Amino acid sequence: MVNGLNLLFQFLDSFAFIVLAAVGLAIIFGIMGVINLAHGEFIMVGAYATTLANIRAGLPLPVAMLVGVVVAAAFGLVVERVIISGSVPNALSQRFLGRVVIEPLYDRLADSMVATWGLSLVMVQGIRITLGNSLDQIGTPLGKIAYSGFSYSTYRVLLAGVAVCLLALTYYVFTRTEYGMRARATIQSEETARALGVDTERTYMTTFAIGSGLAGLTGALYAPTITMVPTLGGSFLVEAFVAVVVGGSSVVLGTLLAGGLLGSINALFSNLVGTFFGRIALLVTAIVMLRFLPNGITGYLEHLRTKRQEGA
Amino acid sequence: MSTERVGGSGPSAEGHRTRLQRWLEGPNTVGRSREFWAGFAVVLAALLAYPFVAGSYQASRFSLFLVYAFLGLSLSVVWGYAGILSFGQVVFFGVAGYTFAVVSINVATPLGITVAFLAGIAGGALMAAVLGYFMFYGGVRNVYVTIITLVSTLVLHTFMAQTAGDEWTIGEAALGGFNGMPTIPNLALGVGPAAVTFDSVSFYYLVLALLVVTYLGLRALVNSDYGRVMVAVREDEDRTEMFGYDVRRVKLSVFTIGGALAGLSGVLYASWGNYVSPQVFELAFASLPVIWVSVGGRKTLLGAVVATVGIEFVRNSLGGEWAFVAVGTLLLVFILGLPGGLVPWIHDAYVDYRGDTPTQNLSDRSVGGD
Repeated sequence: MVNGLNLLFQFLDSFAFIVLAAVGLAIIFGIMGVINLAHGEFIMVGAYATTLANIRAGLPLPVAMLVGVVVAAAFGLVVERVIISGSVPNALSQRFLGRVVIEPLYDRLADSMVATWGLSLVMVQGIRITLGNSLDQIGTPLGKIAYSGFSYSTYRVLLAGVAVCLLALTYYVFTRTEYGMRARATIQSEETARALGVDTERTYMTTFAIGSGLAGLTGALYAPTITMVPTLGGSFLVEAFVAVVVGGSSVVLGTLLAGGLLGSINALFSNLVGTFFGRIALLVTAIVMLRFLPNGITGYLEHLRTKRQEGA
Repeated sequence: MSTERVGGSGPSAEGHRTRLQRWLEGPNTVGRSREFWAGFAVVLAALLAYPFVAGSYQASRFSLFLVYAFLGLSLSVVWGYAGILSFGQVVFFGVAGYTFAVVSINVATPLGITVAFLAGIAGGALMAAVLGYFMFYGGVRNVYVTIITLVSTLVLHTFMAQTAGDEWTIGEAALGGFNGMPTIPNLALGVGPAAVTFDSVSFYYLVLALLVVTYLGLRALVNSDYGRVMVAVREDEDRTEMFGYDVRRVKLSVFTIGGALAGLSGVLYASWGNYVSPQVFELAFASLPVIWVSVGGRKTLLGAVVATVGIEFVRNSLGGEWAFVAVGTLLLVFILGLPGGLVPWIHDAYVDYRGDTPTQNLSDRSVGGD
């Protein structure tokens, strides 16, 4: 039995989850050519910082969420300097050994995956050792929407609105600001951008920090709704990952379309056969999509557009 | 060499040796000096003596690390030699383990278990062939292959975790959901009275023998013409295609070989612990082969074996909470600072140190990061 309203809420819920999980990952992947497998752990940093700020330091929830964003962004900045660009270890080794030891991970997809996976292992286990196996949870604010036997958390439905706003903001940043222009120039051709005076190194640094900050925001927003365990990043990572590859190269449009498609499939199958199968359907869709549209939805749209222009 | 033309039996013995050498040695593996084979013999002798020195409990524990070495080797062939980064070797490992479990629980006679052993390996290979066909003939390339294989492990993890109910029983064997399948029989090979059942020490020797045979066989494979094509695909797909090789077919066959090897590992794993569970499809486990192979040196078979056994030994001995911190840090350090891996680095350092006689083969060797 499929109840229309229930299906709608479930769709909004999983749409929000997929978009919020994916947006930071998509930005870093789209601009730097780095696949950050520690993205889930960045979300975990945001969620933990928010929870600690709210429960241990007693800050009000919105302020605590801001703390979560800032902590994750700062953490991302450090990771970029030390691991992704390797500039801190390289500066040290220049000084003491007279040579660089790390080649930046930019545009080395496979290596960036493996290296950030190593980072995520250290982060999960590091959090477990320092903060234990779980943390108290903030209660979900805003109550529930209830109707004839079904009830949904208002807060989680509200997140769908936040997701759309966030995509709009991202669109604005990348099309209307100076930083956005530099970032797009860097994607188009790093060499040319550099020749025209764009500090690509700084663009990368900023991009990684923004992506991490967005991961932190996702963590902060979901902190009141999920169990605080060190492995909480895992559930975000998979959805994010799948959304990014299904979406394709265009950050905003791709994430939006992938969120919409995967969200509806997940909601439909969860409703029909149960949560387990909702998840399996989502993953199988991703595999099948990649098989037929290897460059994602936006890659396919791009392909259609070029074909039409050639035909005209 | 100087006795080549003198003794009566000389030429033929010498002939065998050069043929063996030509077969096992080539540009795609490290170690072809006399010292290398002497070292190989010493390590092998040490491994043979290990159960007598350390006792059967330690031997049984150690055989798990040797079992994992097949999984490491499978990724080394697929990723290191053919350039396909598969995050899903555990898919074939797990499928083989489950296949072995289902067949052997249903037919728990030695013959049945022998069949289960073969069925498990075939299951791993078949799974790899199907997934590989879907990907390579569909034109999925590079990092998207990695993502599909990664997602495949997640699908299986989610799927196997929900098989707790009674409807998920095949014959006598219940799949058991999160709890997995206990009471898998020990490995046995043969028919009726001629059958041998392997446990603790005999299992250790079986695995060791299989590993040596597999290692030498793979050395021959990667140094054969087929191995050269494999490496050509890794280095430049389009150019290999242009030279008239069917890249898709090469990738599919390499991927299937990798699946069979991972399957062998999975079967041995299931019979080692008499247990298999959805944990084998977990992300943390799926990442281990990538770590072993990265640290050891993805372009060497020896690196895969040494790093797998070494890392698992350390991880198991460290135990508890610091193990994954250490493993993750190790991975980071190697990917960033030593992308070629440990074994090629040691080998290069040794060749540099010996310095004086770089033979023709050694100087045109292409090991190391790219």
